[in-house]
Amino acid sequence: MLDADFFRRWMTATAASVDREADRLTALDSPIGDADHGSNLRRGFTAVTAALEKEAPGTPGAVLVLAGRQLISTVGGASGPLYGTLLRRTGKALGDAAEVDEGGFAEALRTGVDAVMQLGGAAPGDKTMIDSLVPAVDALPDGFRAARAAAEQGAEATTPLQARKGRASYLGERSIGHQDPGATSAALLIAALDEADGE
Amino acid sequence: MSDEKLVGIVLVSHSAEVAEAVAGLARGLAGGGPAVPLAPAGGTEGGGLGTSAELIAAAAASVDRGAGVAVLADLGSAVLTVKALLAEGDELPATARLVDAPFVEGAVAAVVTAATGADLDAVEAAAADAYTYRKV
Repeated sequence: MLDADFFRRWMTATAASVDREADRLTALDSPIGDADHGSNLRRGFTAVTAALEKEAPGTPGAVLVLAGRQLISTVGGASGPLYGTLLRRTGKALGDAAEVDEGGFAEALRTGVDAVMQLGGAAPGDKTMIDSLVPAVDALPDGFRAARAAAEQGAEATTPLQARKGRASYLGERSIGHQDPGATSAALLIAALDEADGE
Repeated sequence: MSDEKLVGIVLVSHSAEVAEAVAGLARGLAGGGPAVPLAPAGGTEGGGLGTSAELIAAAAASVDRGAGVAVLADLGSAVLTVKALLAEGDELPATARLVDAPFVEGAVAAVVTAATGADLDAVEAAAADAYTYRKV
């Protein structure tokens, strides 16, 4: 079973990994984006960890709803509302249970990913965060390690794709050959599940 | 027409200067009618390029006169942030609505229409209709 403490560890591990990888995310975002993905997400997840410490939400759902809200308010770029919606909808789907099992979490995360697809209008293959999130959710029934591997593969598989959403889509064929920064940061989020589980 | 009844308008851009300039343009072209409650919400709180949920929420609250609030946005994160705030439920006035319109032309159409005392549906329709003005 996964309790509020697990979800706090997930957010903390994501914040640490985003902080560590911020320069790489920004480097990925400079040829095809506006070169702020790493710094934007770092600002957002720093706010998430500060809010979780201050408010100490007591259920898995409340942890994710609070985190999502912080991201929407503080990121400043499109990743804010997208990640914010992902976490907030996942948290809402978890309801106010004190603990959730892995199957229930997988289902809730799928609800969150669906909400992101609806908000951004992106589908798999559009070279976005969806390209790592969808395979991760599909693999989640096999465990966090499997989801992490699927997300990382999904992120790498965005390299040959042509972007059809966001600023990168204006580049047309010139977006080909670059790994998508959003899919890369989404893989960090999923990898942090595995890290939080191992602690 | 009392000012109390006018629809409020929020202009959300990635750039503070763009939001302010478009607001000035729309206000200028609206002529001498009643002053439409109009607020720019451009850039990040630190003055950089991007979108600030706080600035959007504050702008929407400041133009709400009870007749509805039409929100126009320019690109990517501006659109997504407004949608996410609307989904939150309590961040924007209950009558706030994201209007699907070109930013500059839509803003002018929305402000001119709001100045006539039109309701939110009419303001939205006028802004959206700006998409149909072909230039070539």
